[in-house]
Amino acid sequence: MSDTRIITGNEAAALAVKLVEPNVIAAYPITPQTSLAEKLSTFVEGGELRAEYVRVEGEHSALTVCISASTVGARVFTATSSNGLLYMHEQIHWAAGSRLPIVMCCVNRGVGAPWSIFNDQQDSFSQRDTGWIQIYCRDNQEIIDTIIQAYRIAEAVYIPVMVCYDGFVLSHTMMPVEIPDYGKVREFLPPYKPSVDISPENPVTVNPVFFPWRRENAEGVLCDGYMEKRYKLQDALLKSTDTIEEVSTAYGQAFGRDHGGLLWEHMTDDAEIVIVGMGSIAAEATVAADSLRKEGIRAGVVGIRVFRPFPRKAIATALKKAKVIVVFEKCMSYGCDGGVSSDIKSALYGTGIEAPMHNYIAGLGGRDVKARELADAVKETITRIDSGTEENETTWLNCHTG
Amino acid sequence: MAQLPYGVALMQENIFKINDKEYILPGSRACQGCGLSLAYRYILKALRENTIVAIPPSCLCVLHGLYPTTSVTVPAINATFAGNAASASGIVAALNALNKTEITVLALTGDGGTYDMGIQSLSGAAERNTNFIFACYDNEAYMNTGTQRSGATPMGALTTTTPILTKREKKKDMLKIMEAHDLPYLATVSPAYPADLYDKFVKAKRIKGTRYIHIDIPCPPGWAYPAKDTVRVGKLAVETGIFVLCEIEDGKFRFTGRSETLAKKGKRLPVVQYVERQGRFRKMSIEQLNQLQSWVDSRWNEYMKRAE
Repeated sequence: MSDTRIITGNEAAALAVKLVEPNVIAAYPITPQTSLAEKLSTFVEGGELRAEYVRVEGEHSALTVCISASTVGARVFTATSSNGLLYMHEQIHWAAGSRLPIVMCCVNRGVGAPWSIFNDQQDSFSQRDTGWIQIYCRDNQEIIDTIIQAYRIAEAVYIPVMVCYDGFVLSHTMMPVEIPDYGKVREFLPPYKPSVDISPENPVTVNPVFFPWRRENAEGVLCDGYMEKRYKLQDALLKSTDTIEEVSTAYGQAFGRDHGGLLWEHMTDDAEIVIVGMGSIAAEATVAADSLRKEGIRAGVVGIRVFRPFPRKAIATALKKAKVIVVFEKCMSYGCDGGVSSDIKSALYGTGIEAPMHNYIAGLGGRDVKARELADAVKETITRIDSGTEENETTWLNCHTG
Repeated sequence: MAQLPYGVALMQENIFKINDKEYILPGSRACQGCGLSLAYRYILKALRENTIVAIPPSCLCVLHGLYPTTSVTVPAINATFAGNAASASGIVAALNALNKTEITVLALTGDGGTYDMGIQSLSGAAERNTNFIFACYDNEAYMNTGTQRSGATPMGALTTTTPILTKREKKKDMLKIMEAHDLPYLATVSPAYPADLYDKFVKAKRIKGTRYIHIDIPCPPGWAYPAKDTVRVGKLAVETGIFVLCEIEDGKFRFTGRSETLAKKGKRLPVVQYVERQGRFRKMSIEQLNQLQSWVDSRWNEYMKRAE
């Protein structure tokens, strides 16, 4: 019998963490992640979850605790938002460079300055180039399912995974969520085995100084230099797309829900206008696409689930038949385009896809984005293209630029 | 080796009772005459195999060698500069969760990683009474990057970031800061007195909670004295009272080793005898020297009162 509850995104995340049974949790509270850190404290203090919970004095330490705990063989979890994530930045690189299967939730929030406690995706977007896998969730069901998948992915490829979901829009909004069965989760997720055994019997120095060139060890075997080490991270990230898809499929078979591996599509088969988004804005776009269809506009949606490694092939395949591509996104590469659209353009280069692409920056710092507004923006784009404008500058939706 | 009881009676120089196993093989990357390599050698003898060391980027990271070789035979984990105490907290949390509580966790951290950039994570870990030994190896400047001023640099010392005027501020009292965290055990040690150092680490190993040990580390290139004089300079620091060997256990202060003798006989040398052997003090003014002497005197008197 299924266990369905009406819960917030943060509660869904906390329940997922309880199901994966990490050995060590370290977190520092920050809005909108706070209720997740609190819920986990209640689980641990109430004896529902057997884990060491380190109530650190800041986010830099939160991830540092996870890094060293993971190094000595613990399954670990942390979560943060916004400036908390930025404060971790040094350690975000360190975790990926160390090839540790850490799972972290980023409850997406705009970054300062000026202060905003509300949602956009600039925080996790700004950590794009650190070597983590980034998965964006569109609803609370996907949050609980993705966290469980994230551990299986991370522990298979030894790359940390950031599970991102929109602050308040998901973290504090209640939705029906089916809670996966404990026994089935145990079957789906084997126990964590660290890649290096750190013990007195194996006295290694982990992450010492590497030189630019390769060097021989005591047995005369030529070992990696810094570049080889970093190349291996990139190589593993690119290959992890297969693992991510396999895990998504396996999860679908075990629990009856496959959220789509690298990306998901909504009515794209015959779509002329393809809307692309990431996270909850992509879910909102499906409502916009449905209303556009009622007006005779053949619209569909591609929701990017995995932003890193960027699913170049899957994106190109999904956009192959599009006549117009409209990207709505909540992050910006300042001085350039929206971050998602830049990556899509780069993925389409040389594929023969010549469809015009329009880019909307939407919902920064929590500005409300309604399906109707997305639909209107799509219609405006079509009008512009019909009048001969192939490309345009990035448009900031509902922003009074005067 | 026989198990040793611990108490005042055994707190004396006795080199023969020290564990004769070596944990640092010949060929470390430390500088000639490095006070840290001497201290580390005796620390590991005291803590033995069942130890994991947390290392920040510092002289210790260099001492451990370049991938893929190391001369140190205990497992060690490098972490970033500001986070060594947090890194050790992570090791402790994992070992607790995995029921491997027989392993000693040592965060061996330079003065930059303790006084300056690392003070937040250290204070946090100490406030949580994390079950580990945090040892600050204090060579009184950022030596790994070439002798830049730190919060631990004494007044009057030349560094590459106080190259003309010398450091004009006093050294931060880290022991006092750590004592304010209400720790079960605090101690100061010097590699110039290895048996005292050894005893305190053996003792610290048996205590639960956060243990803070402050190590005075003479540094030939940074302090500008000949490499052969490391032990002599370390002894002079104690003889002059600029560095005091002591323990604070459950709030109770006591002098130990050579400092205990000095406290009883009252014959400290003037600090000028310490200062004049080191090139880093060559631009020190008479006023600074007097200020340093009066700082040493007033702290000594404070300790004398506490020891009563």
